[in-house]
Parts: sequence; structure tokens; C-alpha cells
Amino acid sequence: MEKKKNNLDMKQYGMFLALVAIYLIFAVLTGGKNLSPANVNNLVMQNGYVVILAVGMLLCVLTGNIDLGVGSVVAVCGSAAGIILVDYKMNMWVAILAALLIGLLTGIFAGFFIAYLNIPPFVVTLATMLMGRGLTYTMLQAQTKGPLPNDFVFIGAGFLPTMKVHVGSGTLDLVSIIVAIIVSVLLIFSELKSIATKKKYGFALTPVWQLVIKDCVFLFIIWFFFIKLAQWNGLPFVLLIMAVLVGIYAFITSNTVAGRQIYALGGNRKAAQLSGINTNKVFFWVYVNMGVLSALAGIVLAARNASATPKAGDGFEMDAIASCYIGGAAVAGGAGTILGAVVGAFVMGILNNGMSLYGWSTDIQKIVKGAVLLGAVTVDVLSKRKKG
Amino acid sequence: MSEYILEMNHITKAFSGVKALDDVNLKVKKGEIHALCGENGAGKSTLMNVLSGVYPHGTYDGDIVYNGETCAFHNLKDSEGKGIVIIHQELALSPLLSVAENVFLGNEQLKMKGVINWTKTRQRATEMLAKVGLENEDVNVPVNSLGVGKQQLIEIAKAMAKKVELLILDEPTASLNDEESKNLLDIMLELKSQGITCIIISHKLNEIEYVADAITVIRDGKSIETMYKGVDDFTEDRIIKAMVGRELTNRYPLREGVTIGDTIFEVKNWNVYHPDDANRQMLKNINIKVKAGEVVGLAGLMGAGRTEFAMSVFGHSYGQKISGQVFMNGKEVKMPTVKDAIENKLAYVSEDRKGNGLVLIGDIKENMVLAARPKYFSKHGVINGAEEIVASQEYKEKINVKATSIEQVVGSLSGGNQQKVVLAKWMLTQPDVLILDEPTRGIDVGAKYEIYCVINELAKAGKAVIVISSEMPEIIGTCDRVYVINEGQIAGELNKEEVTQERIMQCIMSHNRKGEK
Repeated sequence: MEKKKNNLDMKQYGMFLALVAIYLIFAVLTGGKNLSPANVNNLVMQNGYVVILAVGMLLCVLTGNIDLGVGSVVAVCGSAAGIILVDYKMNMWVAILAALLIGLLTGIFAGFFIAYLNIPPFVVTLATMLMGRGLTYTMLQAQTKGPLPNDFVFIGAGFLPTMKVHVGSGTLDLVSIIVAIIVSVLLIFSELKSIATKKKYGFALTPVWQLVIKDCVFLFIIWFFFIKLAQWNGLPFVLLIMAVLVGIYAFITSNTVAGRQIYALGGNRKAAQLSGINTNKVFFWVYVNMGVLSALAGIVLAARNASATPKAGDGFEMDAIASCYIGGAAVAGGAGTILGAVVGAFVMGILNNGMSLYGWSTDIQKIVKGAVLLGAVTVDVLSKRKKG
Repeated sequence: MSEYILEMNHITKAFSGVKALDDVNLKVKKGEIHALCGENGAGKSTLMNVLSGVYPHGTYDGDIVYNGETCAFHNLKDSEGKGIVIIHQELALSPLLSVAENVFLGNEQLKMKGVINWTKTRQRATEMLAKVGLENEDVNVPVNSLGVGKQQLIEIAKAMAKKVELLILDEPTASLNDEESKNLLDIMLELKSQGITCIIISHKLNEIEYVADAITVIRDGKSIETMYKGVDDFTEDRIIKAMVGRELTNRYPLREGVTIGDTIFEVKNWNVYHPDDANRQMLKNINIKVKAGEVVGLAGLMGAGRTEFAMSVFGHSYGQKISGQVFMNGKEVKMPTVKDAIENKLAYVSEDRKGNGLVLIGDIKENMVLAARPKYFSKHGVINGAEEIVASQEYKEKINVKATSIEQVVGSLSGGNQQKVVLAKWMLTQPDVLILDEPTRGIDVGAKYEIYCVINELAKAGKAVIVISSEMPEIIGTCDRVYVINEGQIAGELNKEEVTQERIMQCIMSHNRKGEK
């Protein structure tokens, strides 16, 4: 059998490299301020909810649509939790369950109109966006609800247990280090497994030196990240939520029948129908899922702010949609990855964070974010065109 | 001035190092119909794209001499300005706009700059339609309210409106039935008498034989030879030999070693109404039976209701108020959804592989396993990736899909290979009954042969195969028995010994007469 070579597709890692590049540029601009342990920790905590929303939004984008209502659902769910905790002084779990339930209901509401009445998602979610925001202001009577109790705040601002040891002038959390070791081992293990699979089925192998470079870069990033967290206060609870979600959804989208059906639907709806896929059902669940994840993001946001505000989540839908597109998802649907969306979310997050540290106003930040979105999608589209 | 209206000399065009055209020469005489033949991927469309400026001057080598002057077209507008108009396989009409507006799309009749003169548009559109035999059409109706055959003619009318001198038709009859095709070819002959030169690309050799004055054969990016009417032998076999570079002794492979078993598929009293109009009955009392190992054809004109029948049976994918019974292996089965149909071991390969069959941005593996996945390649909703790879590799080799690997994106494959992928997708669902709707539409002779071989293999394996085709020779060449369908009803049943094109047409005609009484 002839030896086939399969060089790493740089486009696949292009956005990852862009992420690193943006981070380094701001490191220079801010004189290393954004490299500090406190800031790395902030990056995780500030972007938790965008990552959660981007994961859900990717499924919508895969179908070739978007959900404009997520920012408002975030606000509705957050304020419901706030009211239950502050006005009724009920148990934290009641508040969480109620918020998730409301998210589920809004998802069912949107999903029903989209999947079973065939109303365009853009219209349905534009409606939920307006309705949700109005509902939030009504529920909160345009007031901020707070402060929220500490056990609830933990979700958004708490840390996992730590084992701190003194190293030099500061402390280092051993738990973070152990997790970093586990992640590294898993990364190397999965790479070896993928090589073995490729060999078994006679697929083209990627040259070893390329894999080594790729994995070294990844390992470096992982260790940089975890050591910074270890130097600060250990692993944020939000990181755990994000990791679990990303893991679950990456698995669903690549290894389950339901996940692949979303891709098939986005790629060609008629062909999917004639292949036995109930496309209405797929649409319905994608939007139900988005509702629940919006609720989760609402909980995390309210917890981090220790309050529920009527303006919460304003514009989050745009951040989530932008994350997916920056992460390489196709606007027409049918192509995109969870990991891409997460990287996209962090590109947005690092930009926000870097520009804030550098002292640019939020107005300027919006201009830059818009330009980055346009640039990323333009590069993506142009590079695809060259291939064809 | 030379007798040639067009000379393309030593055209070489490469895509990232791969030569799609290699020193191609094409000479077209003024006022003739010149056919361009070759297998899919031979380079016919690339050559036409070079000619029309889609690939601008400078991106290819060689030169184009048109009406005695060397041309350097940079885009379609340049070539259209000289009277060269290309009509692509896919219709370039805007479906919801009126016929008149479509005829002058991009070439609007104006009152003043930017303002449309609607009276003139309608008036001149009517004139143009008369030139293509559509003098009685209303030019104000949306173009999608007309059939594909008429839409194709409107494309030609659109070309006429641009003062065309050289008309290029890329597979104009690919989606037309025999009658519509004949009509279109006659229009071409009519245009010829008006002094318009035509280049036609077609896979239908009988049509080429009918209209062409000269044939240039292209194979693997090279011009092989040019044959002239009256000088060279114009038979199909001769053309095929030049196209494939070898003699295809039999276009329909012999089916041997098949034992025809019991009836395993039967549809009784099948009635279906139009999906948008509950009073319009599309199918009336259709009864068909197919035995294991038997290949049964559904013949008929386009729009006769064959596709509608297949799709309504296959998970009620078409129509409403569906009534009737379906029996599989003697047992009555209900199949209200596609999933039920797949579970009951029925498969339907759509006539429109790009629109209804494939996820073009997906790779070969994803497309092949899509329908079979829930049942054969997953457990509790989790995919068994390794088995999918093994199975798609196996089928890729089994039915000879030409691709670098199963990871190749389906959109980049040729039509024949795409069709093989769709076939594999349905074979993987392990059906007992397969309905193949236009299984060889728009694919080249070699790939057709391979698909007929697959049909034979399926019959040998004891499957019941139903072939729907608008190409009568194909139905006659591949089927053991033929049902003729006309206007939603069975117009006749013919067995292998008695089926000929004439008999099929007779069935349709006599059925039409019965309807008129």
C-alpha cells in the first residue's frame, strides 16, 4: 500500500493560533497585565456564561439558524432565581430548579413554533427576545434584586477545594496541578489512540513531527493556564461547569446519532428527511436545549454578580452567535464544532478583557469586536473559495 | 474569412497543477449544431467555461478565435457581448419572477437608465417565446408555475433576447422526458435554420445522432477526434468507443444466476392526493407486485406520477389523503414515516441526488451511513465509529466509488460517484425492496454500466428492485417486467419479451384516448 501523508490542516488550528496571538498582543500592550494569575482567573469567570451559550448556540447555527432570544432568557431565569432567593428566601436548589424549568419552558415555546408550526427561527426568537426582556423588567419592576446568598454565589464565583503549598513568594494549589497532569496524560493518550485507529484502518497518517509540535503547543497552553490558576485561588467552579458541558456536547455532536442528525439537517434538510430523520424533532430539541443552557448561563451570571438585574444578559445572543462564526461554523449550517465555538468565545473574551485592561471604552470595544467577527468570517469564506 | 465561427486552439487549463484540459482543439462551423461528447469529468464543461469567460483570459493557455478575431474574454458579459450565450444544466431562472421578467433578466428593457419598461418587456418576451414554440404562454405567470421542459425553453428565449449567435447548451435535456426532449431538439433545428450556431453537450447519444452536424469527442481533457455527418459513421457504438476509448459491447450487463422467488412487495389500491390541493387526485388505484430477485420498471412520461408513487409509499413523503395497502413479505405494513419505511426494509433512492439524496458538504462516510446509522451503527444513540469506517470502506470498494478516501467531501465527486454513494447509503440499510428513481440521470456511460451491475447484484441477492426511468432503453435493458404509468394510473404491464419503446408509447397513447372519452 502506498504511503499517504496527511499534513495538519492549519485552518483547523488557525483560530487557535489567532487566540494565542491576540492574547500575546495584549500582553505586550498591557505590559503583561493580562498574564497575571488574577486576570487569568477573571478570564474564566467572565467568559463562563458566554461559553455556555456558545455551546447551545452552535447547535442552532448547525441547523442554519440562530437564537436571538438567549440574552433575554438569561435575564428571565436569573431574575426568577433572584426573586425566589431574595423575596421568598427559599432554598438555593428551588431557585436553580425553577430557573432551569423556566429555561426549559421558553425552549419548548420557541421549539414548538419553529418545529411544528414552521415559523422562521429568526422571527420566533426575535419575539422571545422582546418578550423575555419585557418580562424581566416586569418581574423585577426595573429594580436590581440582591444581594444573593453566599451558597448561590458560589456557582458563579466559588472555587473548588484547594491544597495550597508555599512556593517561593506565593502559594501553589496542588489540586490544579494534579488536574493539569490528568489533562496532559489524557491528551497524549487520545493522540496515541487516534494514531492507532488511523493505522488500523490504513488512513493517511500525519507526520510525527507535526503532531509533536501541535501537542507541545497544547501542553504549553494547558500548563500555563493551570499554573496561573494554581497561583491564584485554584480552580473556579465555573471552569468545572464549562469543562463538563464542553465534554458532553463535544461527544454528542461527534459521536451520537442525535448529534450527527443536526449536521445532516443543516447540510441538506430534504436529504435528512428522506433518510429517516425527523427534522421537526431535531429542530424542537435544539431550541429546547438552547433554553435550558440559557437558564444555566442566567444562573451563573446572577451568581457571579450576586444579584439579578433587568439589564442582565443584554447582547449575549450576539456574543454567542459571533463565537460560533469566529469558531468556524458555517452560516448556512451543517458545519462547525463545539471546540471551535469555545475558542471563538475565548477570542471574544480575551479581546474584551485585553481592551478593558488597556483602557479602551466599551464603545471602542464593540467596534473592534465587530471588525474581528467580520474579519474572521471573511478569512474563512475566502480560504474555502480558494480550495474550490 | 474562414468557414469557422469559432476556433479554440491548443487550450490547456490546469487547476493547481492538474490539467483539466490538455491541448484541446475545437472548430465549429457557422450555422451548424456541434455536439461535445465525453464522459463526466472529461473536461466538456471546463472547455465551455473557458469559452464563455467564466475562466478569464490569462488563466488558460491557447487562443480563441471567434468570427475571425482573437478574443480575450474576462467574464460572461464580454462573451455575451459578442453573442455567445451559455445555458447551464441548472436553470438560471428566478422561480418567483414572471416569465417576461426572466426572459430579460440581466438584459432589462428600459425606459430610461434604471427604470424598467414593463410594456416593452411583456411585448418583447412574447416575441421571444414565439421563437421557441411557446407562442401561447402567458408571460405574466411566475416561471415556476411551468414545467421543467418549458422552463428550459424559456432559458433559450432568454438567450434569443440577447441576440445570440453561438448558443451553448449544457445537457439541456437532462431533466426532460422524451417528448419534451424531442420538442427542444426540434427547436434547436429551427434555430439552426435561422442561422444560429449551437454547441450541445449531452450524454444522450440518440439525441446527438438526431441533431448534430459534427461531433467532437473529449476524453481525459484531450480532444480525441471530430466526426462529421455524412462523412463519418455516426452510430452510438462508434461515439461510445471514442468516448471511453474501448468498445462497450453491451451497455446493459447480462443478469445471470438469479432465481426469482415469491412476491415480497405488493401495493394495493394506492390512492394519493396532491399535497397542496386535497381535491386533486394524483394517483388512482395503483396495484403493483414485485418478486424477490426481480427488477421491475416503472415507465412513463415525466409527471406521470412515478416519483409521486414511490415517495408516497416511502414513508408518506409525498401527498395527502393516502389510502391503500402495502404488503412486505406477505404481511401488511404501515409506513407513515420514513423511519418506518427503513425499518420495514424499504429503500428509496431519490431522482434528485443533490437536492434530496446527499449532504454535499459532508464526507463519503457520513453520507453512506446516514440512513443506516440508528439501526446498524449505534447502540443507545452512541455511534460506533469504527464499524462505520469499516462498512463505508467496504462499500466504497464494492461498488467502486472513485475517491481518495472515505473522508472526501461528496460535493467534490463526479455525478456518477455521487450516485454510487447514494446507492451505498441505501444498500447499507439492508433493504429487501429498493426503489431506484432515475438511477443514472446525468451520469456518463461507464458509470451507468457500473450502476446496472449493482442492480444485477441486488437482484442476485434476492432483493426486489423497482427502477423508475425516463430513458426507455434503460427500462427495456434492465427490467424483467415493466409497468407503464400514465396520469397517475397503471396504463399497462409488459413483460420482458414484449417490451419495446413502441409498446410503451402505445400503452400511454391508448390510455390517453381512454381518458378523453
